[in-house]
Amino acid sequence: MMDFITKLLAATIAMGTSLTFATIGEIYTEKTGVLNLGMEGTMLMGALTAFASTLASGSLYVGLVVAMLTGGMLSLIHAFLCVTMRANQVVSGLAITMFGTGLANFLGQRLGPVSNNYNLVGMNLPKKFDNIAIPLLKDIPVLGAFFDVSILTYLLYLIIPFAWFFMYKTKHGLAIRAVGESPKTAAAMGLSVSRLRYLYTIIGGMFAGLGGACLSLSFTPSWNDGMTGGKGWIVIALVIFATWNPGKAVIGTLVFGGITSLQFSLQAAGIKMVIPTQFLAFAPYLITFFTLSVMTILNQNRKGAFASPSALGSSFAIDDK
Amino acid sequence: MEHITKHFPGVLANDDVSLELYPGQVLALLGENGAGKSTLMNMLVGLYRPDGGTIHIRGELAEIHSPQDSMALGIGMIHQEFMLVGNMSVAENIVLGLRDLPLVPKLDEIKARITELSKRYGLQVDPDAIIHDLSVGEQQRVEILKLVYRGADILILDEPTAVLTPGESRDLNNILKKMLSEGKSAIFITHKMDEVIEFSHKVQVLRRGKTVNTCDTKDVTPRDLANMMVGRDVLFSLDRCPFNPGGIKLKVDHVTVDNPLGSRPLLDDVSLEIHRGEIVGIAGVAGNGQTQLTEAITGLLRCNKGTIAIDGRDMTNATPLQVIKAGVSHIPADRGAMGVVGDMSVGENLAMKKYRTEEISRGAVIKKTFMRAFADKLIKAFTIKTPDQDTCVKFLSGGNIQKTILAREIDSCGGVLIAVYPSRGLDVGATEAVRQNLISQRDKGNAVLLVSEELEELQMVADKIAVMFEGKIMGLRNVKETNTEELGMMMAGAGSVRREA
Amino acid sequence: MRVVVEKRDTRSKRMAILIPLVSFIVSLMLGAIVLIASKSNPLQAYGAMLNGAFGNARRFQYTIVESLPLLMCGLGVGIAFRLKFWNIGAEGQYVWGAIGITWVMQFWRFLPVPMLLPVGLAVGMTLGALWAGVPGFLKAQWSVDETLTTLMLNYVAIGLAEYLYINKWKAPLGNMGTPEFPREAWLPQIWGKVHAGIFIALALVVLLWFLLYKTRWGFELNMIGKNPKAARYQGVSIKRNIVLAMILSGAICGLSGSVNTAAIAHRLTKGVNAGYGFTGIIIAWMSGLNPFASILVAVVMAALTTGADALQIAMKLPESMGEVLQGLVLIPLLAGSIFVEHKLKFIKKEAA
Repeated sequence: MMDFITKLLAATIAMGTSLTFATIGEIYTEKTGVLNLGMEGTMLMGALTAFASTLASGSLYVGLVVAMLTGGMLSLIHAFLCVTMRANQVVSGLAITMFGTGLANFLGQRLGPVSNNYNLVGMNLPKKFDNIAIPLLKDIPVLGAFFDVSILTYLLYLIIPFAWFFMYKTKHGLAIRAVGESPKTAAAMGLSVSRLRYLYTIIGGMFAGLGGACLSLSFTPSWNDGMTGGKGWIVIALVIFATWNPGKAVIGTLVFGGITSLQFSLQAAGIKMVIPTQFLAFAPYLITFFTLSVMTILNQNRKGAFASPSALGSSFAIDDK
Repeated sequence: MEHITKHFPGVLANDDVSLELYPGQVLALLGENGAGKSTLMNMLVGLYRPDGGTIHIRGELAEIHSPQDSMALGIGMIHQEFMLVGNMSVAENIVLGLRDLPLVPKLDEIKARITELSKRYGLQVDPDAIIHDLSVGEQQRVEILKLVYRGADILILDEPTAVLTPGESRDLNNILKKMLSEGKSAIFITHKMDEVIEFSHKVQVLRRGKTVNTCDTKDVTPRDLANMMVGRDVLFSLDRCPFNPGGIKLKVDHVTVDNPLGSRPLLDDVSLEIHRGEIVGIAGVAGNGQTQLTEAITGLLRCNKGTIAIDGRDMTNATPLQVIKAGVSHIPADRGAMGVVGDMSVGENLAMKKYRTEEISRGAVIKKTFMRAFADKLIKAFTIKTPDQDTCVKFLSGGNIQKTILAREIDSCGGVLIAVYPSRGLDVGATEAVRQNLISQRDKGNAVLLVSEELEELQMVADKIAVMFEGKIMGLRNVKETNTEELGMMMAGAGSVRREA
Repeated sequence: MRVVVEKRDTRSKRMAILIPLVSFIVSLMLGAIVLIASKSNPLQAYGAMLNGAFGNARRFQYTIVESLPLLMCGLGVGIAFRLKFWNIGAEGQYVWGAIGITWVMQFWRFLPVPMLLPVGLAVGMTLGALWAGVPGFLKAQWSVDETLTTLMLNYVAIGLAEYLYINKWKAPLGNMGTPEFPREAWLPQIWGKVHAGIFIALALVVLLWFLLYKTRWGFELNMIGKNPKAARYQGVSIKRNIVLAMILSGAICGLSGSVNTAAIAHRLTKGVNAGYGFTGIIIAWMSGLNPFASILVAVVMAALTTGADALQIAMKLPESMGEVLQGLVLIPLLAGSIFVEHKLKFIKKEAA
């Protein structure tokens, strides 16, 4: 039993790494007031470019960098449309997802080696991000799983507290929170709303790309059409579940990731549960739905720390009369 | 500031305006709504750019492109609508956007400095408090602290006492005096005569974007200022029938509306009767419950205690639709936000009251031909200036927007007319039209409730005046049996209740 | 010299037509770049797409068939958008429509066969309506953000559908999918591949146009969307109308799912969430909430998809090209949308 839980935890952490990177990125983006529904497409492009460039260059790190650049560029388009051109953020995000998903699948059949008919599907990476175990710590029952993970996850262990600290303890985080809550005030105080929104939308995209890279370079080292399988949408749910707090992103990831991993583990073990596996698949979304609704209902006067950034989704122009 | 000009779509906001300010001086910028005062000041703080003209600060030419530029020059502004982030603390709001803030701000140092400054100027505030927990007066103090913390020398205050109680106004005056003694200067934007007299050394009057006059405050009387502001002798007589009220039409009985933010209730045991064929005016400094009273009557605000009856029928906490069906017309205070749908056409806005009736619809279907004819009729009757009835209402001037609302509400008035600050921001011609309309309605036998900030308007138009202060009605008088002094005292709390600083 | 974006004095009608046109051309150029980069001739590719979408009667029929669910979802979402209510849950509501009709076709056999179809459609509509009504109610009553709730519910619906066609309702033979609907209850085809659903869709267009532009309710919805404060002050019940509009919106998206399932797949199976709901959102936005414009937009989007299928065959390009182009069409449109209400102003630098 313990073994099962440990394996489950390990799988959760592995997948969760990908999710958490993207979630933290999207939290920063949404905290400045920009809703980026292009996560799914961005993550997929990240996964693709990471795989393709690693294959071509032989270096995993090149893959990571390229993935982050790609993610950043896609989100730059989104930022341009939403901030400068003040377009509808929902439609823009959906367009990016459409474009990103299509482009990723398309390139997946174009960037492969000649030998495989240019197809990336079915190719194998020369190497992947293997797990590095910390001696002694890895032997702790159950929790030892946290110390037998890939370097990407160790990186995440550093980034999570940093992301939290940055948001709540530095002056940049203060600026971010102000912009998302009351852009008018932020502008009057001399902050550049558009610069901040551009910056953190792009950073969010870079993290999404990184999250995608985690999938294709570590979790399931391969490329398949649509391999993100909706994880981009789970990320949106996770952001809400974490109440836009980077520190809390982990909780959601563990819970949701755990549920999803449970689903696969059970299927693999051939265990027929009372709850069908598909229910586990949509459970995260249902949980988020309820959590969001209940939180909003209970916080009617918006005094809690649970509310979404007030300016989320709306555009801002300094001389809006 | 010299020869400043500024355009907005369809409007010349500032037309060759020049202004001078000396250290230790308070300049009042006086003018009606829309005269161009806020626009002028917004350019000084970098929110707008002038289309023409120059600005010199301390003798040097200044290029103010952003709020940070103006802050660097020592200029700070407190807007009418406070620029604060509701869910952050006082300290966080004060240091937001500060240029030389360290990466990880040392909150203790900041809080200590805030406390020191607040003691120096008498601005008591808790640095850890969250903004949306604070009262309006306290929030204003945070705004002042913001400026002072950044070493602002030139303070611009936009209608500062609009939201303060008389006690808080006095506190503000003391705070300013301390600052002036240190060589700072201030510019007050206001449209209230008494503010000018009480606070300023010099006054500059703007009208329709132009400077009318600049003089020392001690050399002018309120009457002179009013004339300068408005352009002609304000007192004029209106045609009215002799006062012959009918039965009670609208009765407000011991209504109390609690304030969700704790403190004192928005409406405190308010009782009022309005008869058919009479105009009851509500006087008082804005923010003392006047708007809440009208919203309680029209179903937009929930009463916690008391009853409201129209024609004897209980209308307490009725829905807006029920109130409309009971024949109540409402000209709201916030005409842009509530009175019209900006993105819809003039014709559509005119039809918004009666679209449910036979005049415009047949069953569930709106007959366009009826609607157009109806709109044409009203546009003519009320001389609404618009290119055509299909123009979006938001493109009309303020006065014409108000005319649209008036036309709609008066045309559909079924016994009760409630007008809240109806002539705010209108030019003289439009104002006269509004007042004449109100009187006509009263002559027709309707019950009219008029909320106004200007005692003169009430004295001219109303039959009775009730003064509201802190959610209570201080007194109800026949207009002929009272004078400005008595009303003024009631507006300030009847002198019997002194608020501690 | 600085460039500044400024609000216009009046809404530019000229721009409202010019922008989509110019945007479309820009997107064609962008698509050409992508095509050239993957060693394909753009002109040839676009030609193949046009041919594939409209080349002959059969292909034209396919395009129309593809456009119907898009049109209906676009109409459904459009109603909610009227109220500035973001119904991102169209996909889930569509799926419920599919579930609904499957339920009837499979389990309501006590009904005479000719009744199966109409009842199925009705049930699909009802389920879609409920799925939209709940987030609508939550928003109306407690201001729960609708973008996020409707988005989440999509995946719940999709997951439920999967459970049904893999597990609970699965036909005995085969990997997945429910048993086929009885043939007599299928939506009949009227012209080649085009099925009777086209009547339903067009009827909806007319109905909605009438509802939104001619009735009192449409007037009220317009008010709420453009200024809810003013609407409330005029006695319009915001809460009730949000819920009603959402119910209608969900019903139409559900109907879309039912119709399409009854006409094409004839069963509930993998692929039921084909993206019609999400694309419907985009169609609603592009058509400016005008029901008639939705027809044009839906056909264009459908043409991109069927055309892309042809691309795959004709030029050996992967069908994901269609998605790429669809995304590309949107980006210039989104960028251009600002110019309807704003214009560029060039300010000369002030003399130093």
